[in-house]
Amino acid sequence: MTAVQVSSNFLLLAFFLYLAATIFFAVSITGKRFKNKKGEEKNKSGLLGYISAILAIVASLLYFIFRWIASGHAPVSNMFEYTTFLGICMAIAFAIIYPMYRNNFLGLFTMPIVMLIIAYASMFPRDIQPLIPALQSYWLKIHVITVALGQGILAIGFAAGLLYLIRVIDFSKASKKVRWLEFILFSILSTIAYILLGIGFGAANYEAEFNYINEKGIEAQMVYTMPPLISPHEGERIGEGFDPFLATPAIIRSNDLNTVIWSILGGLILYFGLRLLFRKPIGGAIQPLLKAVNPQTVDELSYRAIAIGFPVFTLGGLIFAMIWAQIAWTRFWGWDPKEVWALITFLFYAAYLHLRLSRGWHGEKSAWLCVIGFALIMFNLIFVNLVIAGLHSYA
Amino acid sequence: MEKVKCDCGHVNPYGTYLCESCGKPLLDDNQSLADMRYEGVARRSQTYSKSVVDKVWNFFSSVKVGIWIIVLILLASMLGTIFPQEMYIPAGERASTYYEQEYGVLGKLYYQLGLHTMYSSWWYMLLIASLGISLVICSLDRVVPLHRALKTQRVTRHKGFLSRQKLFSKTEKMEEPEKSIEKAEKVLKEKHYRIFKEDGNILAEKGRFARWGPYVNHVGLIIFLIGAMLRFFPEMYIDEHIWVREGEQVVIRGTDGEYFLRNDEFIVELYDEEDERFRESFERTGGNPVVKTFQTSATLLKRINNEGPIGLGTEFEEIMQYDIRVNDPLTFDGYSLYQVDYKLNELSEFTFTLQRNEDSSEEDLSDIQFTVDLFNPELVYEFENGYRVEIFQYFPNFYINDQKEPDTLNRIPDNPRIIFEVFTPEMNPDTDRGELSLVGVQVNEALNGDNNYRIRMIDVDMNHVTALTVRRDRTLPILIVGGVIFMIGLVQGSYWYHRRIWLQNRDGEIWVAGHTNKNWHGLKKDFETITKNTAIPMPLDQTDDWNLIEEVEGVKGKDDSSTSK
Ligand code: HEM
Repeated sequence: MTAVQVSSNFLLLAFFLYLAATIFFAVSITGKRFKNKKGEEKNKSGLLGYISAILAIVASLLYFIFRWIASGHAPVSNMFEYTTFLGICMAIAFAIIYPMYRNNFLGLFTMPIVMLIIAYASMFPRDIQPLIPALQSYWLKIHVITVALGQGILAIGFAAGLLYLIRVIDFSKASKKVRWLEFILFSILSTIAYILLGIGFGAANYEAEFNYINEKGIEAQMVYTMPPLISPHEGERIGEGFDPFLATPAIIRSNDLNTVIWSILGGLILYFGLRLLFRKPIGGAIQPLLKAVNPQTVDELSYRAIAIGFPVFTLGGLIFAMIWAQIAWTRFWGWDPKEVWALITFLFYAAYLHLRLSRGWHGEKSAWLCVIGFALIMFNLIFVNLVIAGLHSYA
Repeated sequence: MEKVKCDCGHVNPYGTYLCESCGKPLLDDNQSLADMRYEGVARRSQTYSKSVVDKVWNFFSSVKVGIWIIVLILLASMLGTIFPQEMYIPAGERASTYYEQEYGVLGKLYYQLGLHTMYSSWWYMLLIASLGISLVICSLDRVVPLHRALKTQRVTRHKGFLSRQKLFSKTEKMEEPEKSIEKAEKVLKEKHYRIFKEDGNILAEKGRFARWGPYVNHVGLIIFLIGAMLRFFPEMYIDEHIWVREGEQVVIRGTDGEYFLRNDEFIVELYDEEDERFRESFERTGGNPVVKTFQTSATLLKRINNEGPIGLGTEFEEIMQYDIRVNDPLTFDGYSLYQVDYKLNELSEFTFTLQRNEDSSEEDLSDIQFTVDLFNPELVYEFENGYRVEIFQYFPNFYINDQKEPDTLNRIPDNPRIIFEVFTPEMNPDTDRGELSLVGVQVNEALNGDNNYRIRMIDVDMNHVTALTVRRDRTLPILIVGGVIFMIGLVQGSYWYHRRIWLQNRDGEIWVAGHTNKNWHGLKKDFETITKNTAIPMPLDQTDDWNLIEEVEGVKGKDDSSTSK
């Protein structure tokens, strides 16, 4: 086995360990009611969940180390590597924060998000790429690794915030809050749909090719990895297959948009399927499981996660980033979109801290902010990287 | 403004709502819990509001305003990333046309609103400046009174102060309360609390220095902002470019003619296409070569005799040799040289020979060979057999200008054309006009009638050119100091917590109260250890209307019906 294969196997192992941790945490919260006879909590599954999480992290780090050996550089230099590492960092952050509060619900919420991030990462090309000169810097590695760690810790704030919201929101009446929360859950389901469809069509080796006219008016070819619902600008299908109903303007990358449409459709099917099953909002269906959650504790937990993550993120995302930029690009700050979005994230969490500290935004308001903060991080990762491509664009 | 005298005898500034000394609530608001923000001290902003200065002070000291400023900067910053900033549009494109052409109406609007250079616009600067002012004022407004309050606080606190803490409880009259308090003291000492005692009461305090964290980080931020503003002074900041050809030695711009750089060699190294590690990646991306290294092997020189123009007598001292690469600049005396660009195979020299057009000639001209340096051509070439070639005109980067005349775009020999004038031994260069011909790559035209002689290019020499950025940034030390202070403050305020525990013996009852600025969970754990070792009860969380124990019971009872559906 080559080092790359070894590393892939460890990642797969880690994935199943995260799954095991999820299951243990699930058991720990549902099992409490029939195990808790003496009034004392003698439930071991929380501990088992934590141990699984630790083992999963060890396996993840072995993935990281072997991939580093295989490629000769820190594996944080394309979308697959970075996103995977972000997932790992979230797990590490969980391992740090869990012992403080011993909150099994946090495990139940965090572990699936970690799995989702890692699964999402593996949808990107996974080959090892050579590093261009600008990326050959140990400051870059330090910068990226610290940023990921900071974002991982901040993401725990999100998990706790989400937990809080599902715990306290009144799902019996339709309201804006319920709709937004359902929207968050729907987004998560769409991501799951994207992954499942990607794996499905990938396994079937699905490809549809088009000739089309690109934005510069030149003939080009485009490959779809999911059946085309929309066709590219003046697209003509190569080979057989049905023709899509709609054509897109030239500036839109229609194959990516096609994938997005598939994911949303998939998400809708999952979402309404679950709603039919539960006959109530998904959040409302989860809520009874969370009865034993103390909202105040979770509120403080989300705040602590952000108070701990904020300095780490600032150090990695701004300070180390500036040091690296000074060395690589001759100036420590250049208003490139990636930099600006790191600044925006920083300002957002600064505003969060001040709102909380000085204006008493606790509980629900604070939890919503945690969710928005995570949305910003994801936006940064996905949209800014892939769409508003700047100096730092990966992949 | 009148001062407020508390029952305990302490005189508080106007606007105080918890006595600085004993903590008695001074303003009778119907709040159930004491507002512990900034210890309930009076701040200047709450005290004066008469003059304009006061009004400005009050405006900027408000955290609400501060948050608004942060949010406005955040939103404005987003706008600037919709389309690329001007410095990122392709070289040679004009902003006035580029945005509309590339992004349509929105692009035009973006350009017209000035968003393409918004990060240096006056209004963005104004926002940043307001942030700075707000930081200074709001910190000053709070830090002084807060410091005084924490310093003058007494151990024995007013009943109203204790009972209005978030964590509070009191016991019934008990026997030997002193013993319990003593034991608690021991426990707290083990937990590294500092113990203050007064009349058998205890104040246990830990991590007060964390309270200064925000102020330290604000100071760091202010220093950083000042550093960033200083770059607008040209003295502080140099940003120059130099192009250096292989073998060439140039003055390093921005160093006042003091330093010189010689490019000994420039190399570009590609990744090995056979490299097994990257095989998949090369296959996926179509096997375009990927650059591994750009490197200028350079020698840094310093001029010794510093007076006068540079000439033959100028002496240089070699300071060092360095391989400048991307991510590895050459740094000396506050300057840094960065590898930023390069040009491979730029024309550098042409070598010519002279021929007669009809080979009726008895003369042998093959001795006549001369080389023209395209950067610094000599204008006259004389040969032993009496022939003489002059450069009549030289266009390094030839084009036909608007007046339909030959001209040069710049001094870079991208498309060099030379007009030569040829004098035979019989001719007098001062009075006669020689044969003129225009010569370039694949070009050779006679300009004044049919020529007898032809200048033929026999060799071309090319050269690699490296482009380096010269940078000196005197604001960096300030920025570094600001950044370091900021991080220290951030860590200080985020990873340590200020905790206080009050234990008071009031006529045999023990009053217990606790406060922290974050991490109530940790404080409650500390109380748990006290409870375990003494008769002192666990204080109740007065904000927690949700009682954990009851609810868990409830889950036990209800769950069977609610989840077994
Ligand atoms: C981007 C700029 C800013 C950053 C990064 C920043 C950072 C911080 C941080 C990290 C804290 C500690 C929060 C906590 O412990 O949870 C803090 C506290 C505070 N900040 Fe800022 N701040 C900024 C701007 C401002 C401005 C403009 C104001 C004034 C209006 C302000 C007023 C305060 C106050 C009053 C506190 C609480 C101090 C205390 O607890 O004693 N900050 N700041």
